[in-house]
Amino acid sequence: MSTAFGSPGAQTTAEATHPGDVVLDVVDLTVTFPTEEGQVRAVSNLTYQARLGRTLAIVGESGSGKSVSSMAVLGLHNPKRTTITGSIRLDGQELVGAPRSTFERIRSQKVAMVFQDPQSSLHPFYKVGKQIAEAYRAHHNVSRAVAEKRAVEMLDLVGIPNPQRRAHQYPHEFSGGMRQRAMIALGLVNDPKLLIADEPTTALDVTVQAQILDLINELQKEFGSAVILITHDLAVVAETADDILVMYAGRGVEKGYAKEVLAQPSMPYTYGLLQSLPSHSEDVHELKAIPGSPPSLLKLPSGCSFHPRCSFKDQVPGDACWTQLPEWRPTPGLANRQVRCHLPDPVATLRQDEGIR
Amino acid sequence: MLTYLLRRIALALTVVLATLVASFLLFFAGPSDPAQAMCPEQRCSTDRLNQIRESLGMNRPLIAQFSEYFTGLFVGRDFQVSGDTVQCSAPCLGLSFLTNRPVSEEIFSRFPATVLLTVGVVVVFLLVGVSTGVLAATVRGTAADRMLVGGSQIFGSIPPYILLLLFALYTTRLYPIFPQAGSLSDGVIQFLPGLIAPWIILGLITATGYTRYTRNSMIETLSMDYVRTARSKGISERKVVGKHALRAALSPVLTILGLDVAALLSGTLITERIFEIDGIGRRALAALGQDDLPVIMGTVLVTAVIVVSMNLIVDIAYSFVDPRVRLS
Repeated sequence: MSTAFGSPGAQTTAEATHPGDVVLDVVDLTVTFPTEEGQVRAVSNLTYQARLGRTLAIVGESGSGKSVSSMAVLGLHNPKRTTITGSIRLDGQELVGAPRSTFERIRSQKVAMVFQDPQSSLHPFYKVGKQIAEAYRAHHNVSRAVAEKRAVEMLDLVGIPNPQRRAHQYPHEFSGGMRQRAMIALGLVNDPKLLIADEPTTALDVTVQAQILDLINELQKEFGSAVILITHDLAVVAETADDILVMYAGRGVEKGYAKEVLAQPSMPYTYGLLQSLPSHSEDVHELKAIPGSPPSLLKLPSGCSFHPRCSFKDQVPGDACWTQLPEWRPTPGLANRQVRCHLPDPVATLRQDEGIR
Repeated sequence: MLTYLLRRIALALTVVLATLVASFLLFFAGPSDPAQAMCPEQRCSTDRLNQIRESLGMNRPLIAQFSEYFTGLFVGRDFQVSGDTVQCSAPCLGLSFLTNRPVSEEIFSRFPATVLLTVGVVVVFLLVGVSTGVLAATVRGTAADRMLVGGSQIFGSIPPYILLLLFALYTTRLYPIFPQAGSLSDGVIQFLPGLIAPWIILGLITATGYTRYTRNSMIETLSMDYVRTARSKGISERKVVGKHALRAALSPVLTILGLDVAALLSGTLITERIFEIDGIGRRALAALGQDDLPVIMGTVLVTAVIVVSMNLIVDIAYSFVDPRVRLS
């Protein structure tokens, strides 16, 4: 067993994985929910990888499929009400169509998730230490006392002062930031190779947000696991992520190195997201929201899902935006960049637009 | 915690006192004539009636009567009944007009039977109601769920006395599968078999409500974020449902449980009557038929005490179930 997160000095065995190794390989993932109004395609043909030692940010508006795709990794969708196709390989193991017992084995052990709202994500009736210990005991044959000691260590590791006493408290006795730290401790108690943080700072005070992100970053550096950071906050991405995947209406639309994508977007949607950010400099950019609203997942627009809101579609020759789903393609002039857009030279087009305004 | 308790107990005592005053006024100042009721020969002479009223102290001012009744609760009273002295020790609730025995004896001697009935019924409806509720919630939307909910609704919408009567008739008379109730004075072991039939039927009738409360409460907690967290730990689904979801789902059920236990303990008039269990419900029913005012008043008072204490117990139990509830 290799150790991603763990107490410092934990031994590594021959099976050890190396930084940069792919831990999660998602190929052509499609998640549909049958509803009374029809099939909701929450995720369509999504493909991405998460690598050890790197943070992948998945960015998009609410309803773009970021959380749905991650919950599929842990098998948290109700199998009776969800259809999942494609492939999710976690550490080499195929998870699409896997039985519940497989998920019970990998949850917390190989992949853990930190949820958005720590207030509601911890059980109000159980002590924090017990909740963490329970996850440890689910995968380690140890006594309650040993597991609870481990829980105290974890609380200490995530920077909770007085962990011994805190372990015996209930979640409502914790502040919001402390609760999220406890959730992270819970996530890391079994040294998973992959930690998925689903908008981990959205429900927190602005002052605490940075602390939590720093903590995730620090722990990742220390133990070299893979982190997927789901967020709609591009400022968070700029600070923490190595790689980025931008999603729109259930599909990936742009991926590459986070810093490069933020500096030079090559898909009108990413560009729109960046334009809608308030700027810290005294630059004259005014805030510019993307016109319109995200499409209904029940009935996606034809062709490129973004075309009804795209202000560049008339620069595409013919009616490709309306009729053809753009395939992934490298961006002219940018290495390590993949984009789904019909614009012949998106970088030039977007740069020109920026120059005008 | 202590100040909370003291405050709650003070409040509880106020409620009991208010009930006492209200029932005293209703019955003793009401239009029915206890003297008439006590008249053995149905038609007494006016002299005889007056004599009875005199011995009951009914011609004295209401305040005086009440204060005697009230002090009797704490120190006991002595009654003169046709020359004899009947001692009514504290808590004295007066004498039964009909038996001339102290009301407290009449009630408390029958209380164990009612308690035994209650305990069995609670066990049955909790086991059946909670487990079917949990089951229905976990298979929500399926045919099994609709069958459980529909079945409990149909069963629960038949008037209970009809079900009780039919069940008693078929299982203890026509086809005596279950023994009929005996008397508690024969010993507990001999008494219990007679309770099986009422335990089952009253338990099942009450369970219908619990199926629905538990199902709805479970459906709500199963969609909670902390249940998703529990699932993401890699523990078994059985533990996710049976531990994390159920624990939270049961806390609202606790309130209703308190009220139901109080209602059962105050005597199930119909069940005790139909199955001929000599509990306080049956005694109260008899007293109602005979205008035996002291017994009726005593039952009302005991019921008030039971309801008020159950509420207090539920509130304290809550603080143990849900750590967020602080008693203050």
